Amino acid sequence: MIWLPAAIVVTICIIIAIVRVFIGPGAPTRLVAFDTVNTLVVAIMVILAILFEQVVFVDVAIVYGVLSFIMTLYVARFIEGKKF
Amino acid sequence: MGAVNVITYIFIIIGLFFNVVGVFGLHRFPDVYTRLHAATKCTTFGSIFLIMAVILHSASIWAMEGTYSAQSILSIHSVIALVVLLITNATGAHAIARAAHRSGEKPARAVVDDLEGKDND
Repeated sequence: MIWLPAAIVVTICIIIAIVRVFIGPGAPTRLVAFDTVNTLVVAIMVILAILFEQVVFVDVAIVYGVLSFIMTLYVARFIEGKKF
Repeated sequence: MGAVNVITYIFIIIGLFFNVVGVFGLHRFPDVYTRLHAATKCTTFGSIFLIMAVILHSASIWAMEGTYSAQSILSIHSVIALVVLLITNATGAHAIARAAHRSGEKPARAVVDDLEGKDND
């Protein structure tokens, strides 16, 4: 199937987005790039689950999605400069 | 089986195209808001299509093998991952945009800020 080339292309996308995390000017740009990386990691984990026939990877993707969402909300509150 | 495979290939190609376009826009746009626009919308759409390709593939194997197939768990859990992705991406993008505006980030080459002084809860 096409799953292995799809995983390779998404990996290259993740690497290009991580470059923007490092060079991006200011905290909000880095947060945007990191949110993009999180979305792509969820997608590649589901692809790797069907590539290696491991159902556990999808569960890891679900938990990673929820935890990265909480991380995004907390860093956004931190950038906003409010108390929690 | 052939038609399902063709639709799966089409979904994967659409998903990869939109992911690549989203990451490309992350590097090409000038400020936070346009980067958020490109990256969040394109990668959400692309990831939806990639996960839908996985769901379609595993559900077709499930329908072929019968009720107690191992692909049933993969299919149902992929649906849950898709729902989680749909909820969290939109909310997270809204939080990032609000935080960026309240921390004093200006749009590139902007002349008038229509939300000036209107963001006090």
